[in-house]
Amino acid sequence: MGVISSKLGDLGVVTTTLDTAVNWARTGAMWPLLFGLACCAIEMMSTQASEYDLSRFGMELNRASPRQSDLIIVAGRVTRKMAPVIRQLYDQMAAPRYVLSMGDCASCGGVYNNYAIVQGVDEIIPVDVYVAGCPPRPEQLIHGILTLHERVRGERLKNWVVEGAR
Amino acid sequence: MATTERRPLSLEIPTATENALGQGQTWEGSLADLKGLVSERALTGETMLLNLGPHHPSTHGVLRLLLELDGEEIVTCLPDVGFLHTGIEKNIESKPYEKALTLTDRMDYLAPMSNNMVFSMAVEKLAGIDVPERAQVIRVICLEMTRLNSHLVWLGTHALDLGAMSVFLYCFRERERLLEMFEMLGGQRMMTSYIRPGGLWRDLPEQFLPALESFLSYFPSKVDDYEKLLTNNPLWRDRTEGIGVVEPELAISLGLSGPTLRASGVNYDVRKAMPYTGYENYDFDVPLGEHGDVYDRFYIRILEMRESVRIIRQAIKRLPGASGSFRTENRKFAPPPRAELGRSMEAVIHHFKLWTEGFAAPDEEVFAAIESPRGEITCYLHGTGGNKPRRVHFKTPSFIHISALARMAPGYMIADLVAIVGSIDCVLGDSDR
Amino acid sequence: MQIPAALDAVTTFEEKLPGVLQGTHVFRDELTLLVQPVDVPRALQLLRDTKGLVYNYLSDISAVDYYEPARGYGDYGDRPERFGVSYHLLSMLYNRRIRVKTYVSEDNLVLPTVTTLWEAANWLEREIFDMMGIRFEGHPNLRRVLMPEDWEGHPHRRDYPLGYETVMFSFNVDEINRHKPYAKE
Repeated sequence: MGVISSKLGDLGVVTTTLDTAVNWARTGAMWPLLFGLACCAIEMMSTQASEYDLSRFGMELNRASPRQSDLIIVAGRVTRKMAPVIRQLYDQMAAPRYVLSMGDCASCGGVYNNYAIVQGVDEIIPVDVYVAGCPPRPEQLIHGILTLHERVRGERLKNWVVEGAR
Repeated sequence: MATTERRPLSLEIPTATENALGQGQTWEGSLADLKGLVSERALTGETMLLNLGPHHPSTHGVLRLLLELDGEEIVTCLPDVGFLHTGIEKNIESKPYEKALTLTDRMDYLAPMSNNMVFSMAVEKLAGIDVPERAQVIRVICLEMTRLNSHLVWLGTHALDLGAMSVFLYCFRERERLLEMFEMLGGQRMMTSYIRPGGLWRDLPEQFLPALESFLSYFPSKVDDYEKLLTNNPLWRDRTEGIGVVEPELAISLGLSGPTLRASGVNYDVRKAMPYTGYENYDFDVPLGEHGDVYDRFYIRILEMRESVRIIRQAIKRLPGASGSFRTENRKFAPPPRAELGRSMEAVIHHFKLWTEGFAAPDEEVFAAIESPRGEITCYLHGTGGNKPRRVHFKTPSFIHISALARMAPGYMIADLVAIVGSIDCVLGDSDR
Repeated sequence: MQIPAALDAVTTFEEKLPGVLQGTHVFRDELTLLVQPVDVPRALQLLRDTKGLVYNYLSDISAVDYYEPARGYGDYGDRPERFGVSYHLLSMLYNRRIRVKTYVSEDNLVLPTVTTLWEAANWLEREIFDMMGIRFEGHPNLRRVLMPEDWEGHPHRRDYPLGYETVMFSFNVDEINRHKPYAKE
């Protein structure tokens, strides 16, 4: 409160860098895609429910359509049959888009080292944050999301504008 | 080296610079492929084919339904599963029996202890392992807690699909208490692998029973809350009564089991018919439906939650009088406690054999069945005579129920389909294994 | 309502379908009846429709592959053929289970379907076709159910590789990363 009143002064104007403002907006309400595959999805649902409330981070709204979401939490094991579907969903998401690979199966194939499971969803889509666990506790997932927020706060607009959308 | 060889892939995973369909993929499904499966009107274009794809805003996992629609009404429904096929059965063939148990947790991930139980029962039958009475009583407690856990998630997601969002949050709040108790038992919230061949992993920790009793003291009033919201709610009844009706003979022929079968009036519950792990000693009722519709399946599960509370209370009373320890004393199958290792040579040898090889089971086949929250889950286990199984096959209720969707859905509207899919309580990990 | 007395399955077979039963086996209180592949629908229909047996519920159909790498093809120990298929039936009326087992040879991987008797067999047989390669004659829709439509091979056979990826440690990290297809963007 003190910061804001000292910044507001008499005019009601706050100065900050554009990067900070844009990244603050992005992290404030990052809408995840409603994408739960297996057991990790149940822990993700637990994280969004009452006790470990994800809506304090602005994420209570799961969008069903990939065009309207910013974040895809790949929660669960990715099979070879499902892989093209994930790729299609990722391609449909608009930049800036982030990927959080939740659980061991999505990060590295997990317990299943066999013909049917893609050994890590990063073989298909580029991942920003990996959260380990089988399934990860809600606190672990929240830590992963906050790590992602840190990363987003470190992004610079000039990188985004010059190199093109990621 | 396995990494340098190409594994048999049917679809090339596209690189990022191509579009989503990329090279090497043939998504050219033509109508001719569906010739025997959909009605003639689809092939002429009179009815519409809609793909309710693997990613859809319903929390039942990756289920794909190909619907043939005449306006809003469903003419044909073709379920397509396999998007979560993990090859668990083949993975188990390469692991000793106790290590394979951890893989079974992850099949039906809403009721992990049921899967552990059916696999443990099959291994105990095959290898001839006894289970002491105390372990049986604690197993009953775990299985009924698992049933409560699974029904709470079912109720939350089913209500969420049909629009009642607060029930979802209430159910998950109750579930957190149950998960805390699972964490006390097995160290992990969900995939505890607590029920093992021969008994349990370890004895009950001392804070478990007080926590369980305090949970049981307020839980029935929570079930009353859910009933107040839903059971006599005219909107809920409108959306669920008369939907997805299955006649009893058709239900038996389709292989349905569990609450889905009992809603049609067929009185078959494995806990009563062929009791296992001491269920014959408990006094509980099995709710039975009349109409075979979605409302009956919903109400049966609510009543089952109340019966589970009753069973857990009786089991807690039986616990002090139960003889034996938490695991079989037969050291060929269960590892000796650490204290014994310093005193006995045989204990060291048993420990060594169990940790390096595991125990051996004969070259025969056995069949075990239990009542999971979804229905009857069965395990067919064929040993080799060595320490790894030759074949394990699980018949999972979700697999059968999803195949029954093709007979349950036609004639109803799409909005009713959401209710039907919710009521059969399918879990895709259970269906695809 | 009078329930007819429970009959013994083996004697019923000898009366009604002589010569069909190839053998019986009892292990841990489970009765297994052995039949030839071509007789499976007749046998199951007898079990389902006879008053006194009434095995009206199909619990499971499972298949086993008796191939072992140490023995090689053609030698399956004391099993007559490479594949065994078991039908597990339940009688809700008399509250008992029974297993009907048949051995299918590698050269003639065909079994008649039982979807006419139980609709549950539809997907169970599809799964066996998908995973083991045993075809079912008369099945309305014999396609793959768990694997993608154009997958080659039948995964649950014992000679199908598990398809594992080498576990990554620090000494082989670079070599694995050279071959592993990471998505760039």
